[in-house]
Amino acid sequence: MQDTVVSPEKAEEAKLKARYPHLGVRPGGSDLLRKRLTKGQKYFDSGDYNMAKAKMKNKQLPTAAAEKTEITGDHIPTPQDLPQRKQSLVASKLAV
Amino acid sequence: MAGVGGGNDFQWCFSQVKGAIDEDVAEADIISTVEFNYSGELLATGDKGGRVVIFQREQESKNRSLSRGEYNVYSTFQSHEPEFDYLKSLEIEEKINKIRWLPQQNAAHFLLSTNDKTIKLWKISERDKRAEGYNLKDEDGRLRDPFRITSLRVPVLMPMDLMVEASPRRIFANAHTYHINSISVNSDYQTYLSADDLRINLWHLEITDRSFNIVDIKPANMEELTEVITAAECHPHQCNVFVYSSSKGTIRLCDMRAAALCDRHSKFFEEPEDPSSRSFFSEIISSISDVKFSHSGRYMMTRDYLSVKVWDLNMENRPVETYQVHEYLRSKLCSLYENDCIFDKFECCWNGSDSAIMTGSYNNFFRMFDRNTRRDITLEASRENSKPRAMLKPRKVCTGGKRKKDEISVDSLDFNKKILHTAWHPKENVIAVAATNNLYIFQDKMN
Repeated sequence: MQDTVVSPEKAEEAKLKARYPHLGVRPGGSDLLRKRLTKGQKYFDSGDYNMAKAKMKNKQLPTAAAEKTEITGDHIPTPQDLPQRKQSLVASKLAV
Repeated sequence: MAGVGGGNDFQWCFSQVKGAIDEDVAEADIISTVEFNYSGELLATGDKGGRVVIFQREQESKNRSLSRGEYNVYSTFQSHEPEFDYLKSLEIEEKINKIRWLPQQNAAHFLLSTNDKTIKLWKISERDKRAEGYNLKDEDGRLRDPFRITSLRVPVLMPMDLMVEASPRRIFANAHTYHINSISVNSDYQTYLSADDLRINLWHLEITDRSFNIVDIKPANMEELTEVITAAECHPHQCNVFVYSSSKGTIRLCDMRAAALCDRHSKFFEEPEDPSSRSFFSEIISSISDVKFSHSGRYMMTRDYLSVKVWDLNMENRPVETYQVHEYLRSKLCSLYENDCIFDKFECCWNGSDSAIMTGSYNNFFRMFDRNTRRDITLEASRENSKPRAMLKPRKVCTGGKRKKDEISVDSLDFNKKILHTAWHPKENVIAVAATNNLYIFQDKMN
């Protein structure tokens, strides 16, 4: 039986807390905002990136066996993992 | 069937759709911004692949009544390329975040386009004549032997097939540490502002190596960061006034005459919140994704996750009008947080006379609100309803209980089909709606 006193928003909040008990109390705080500010960051630093690139050249890598898992903080991305950053030479399909 | 848009019953009809039909949407083809120019003659789109496509409205002619002012491709060019900032290990997307037109001052058209880091001023010009009859070179361009020339002639201008050229005239780079979310041309037509998450800069259109920082909300200690700038816009008439919105649902109006650094606002707009209704989601859904001044300059409109609010610039303590876009999503916030949809940034726009406003939603639905009659309508951008001049049928979302025929239940909505970008012609009832990789153009039947 639905508790009509609880607002739909609060009910949703309860659902979220049930699924993720360790979720911070202040979601709009630093964590969320910092994630927004550092969007696009792929490597720890440029040295990391260059070393990874150099390793690519030396080693014979197995053909892309790894699934396309999301690049998370635990995983140090390599140039191989990143989607192809090819420059768009193809014309937009809107212009057809 | 009653429509929305200024008193009379307008009927929105399908006019055109641009883009590929196939289900497999390439990331680069996703439209990221749509903007009419000041006359409405040109319509520009930007996409995630860094490309700009400009459409031009065909001149209406009596005998060709079928193409009632259709938009056709005028020019297309690659505005931004993907970059990698080696110093910060930052990938810079080529996605065009915003396009803003400059008012037309001569035969050429100018627009500003920006990605996360760099703003570019593009000149789009036509060439329909070329000179023929040079003395020193023949028609293929090969140089003629000057000693063989026995007579002189004056080159004449001959007509040629229209060629539209786009060239970058200014590149405004290296002024933003964070991601640019807004650009806005000032009413003085000499300056413009650009805003990122923490700072706003003022530029002169002629000067690329310098810009003034006019707002800086970066705290000394980043741990103390509580809000970011989400959008900014110059006032349409008062060149000293601009506003910026925040992730906490507030808007600050600043006057550049007051100080060089506008960290202290002149006006602060915030709707009081009922503390008892506060939840985990309150701040996230109050984050303003877009702010737009009315054409009159008297009002401004803000879009947050669930609603659109109209504010009177003379009243800071609450909006004068609030319109619910998709209130039925309030009971779905948990899953919308999990799939990140709660962070989607919807835009909003006014019609030319400020009597109606429009914004997008999910399932390729978009909403229009008539400010005078208080009527609202939900329409859908869909290929299924794309016969020429087919009238759009109002859509309805069923929130619970018995679902009527033609209604769609909340759980059946496709959250991947989001309409984030819409634009309204500055003078007529013509609208452009971006549905992922397709651009729909709708016109009022009476147009």
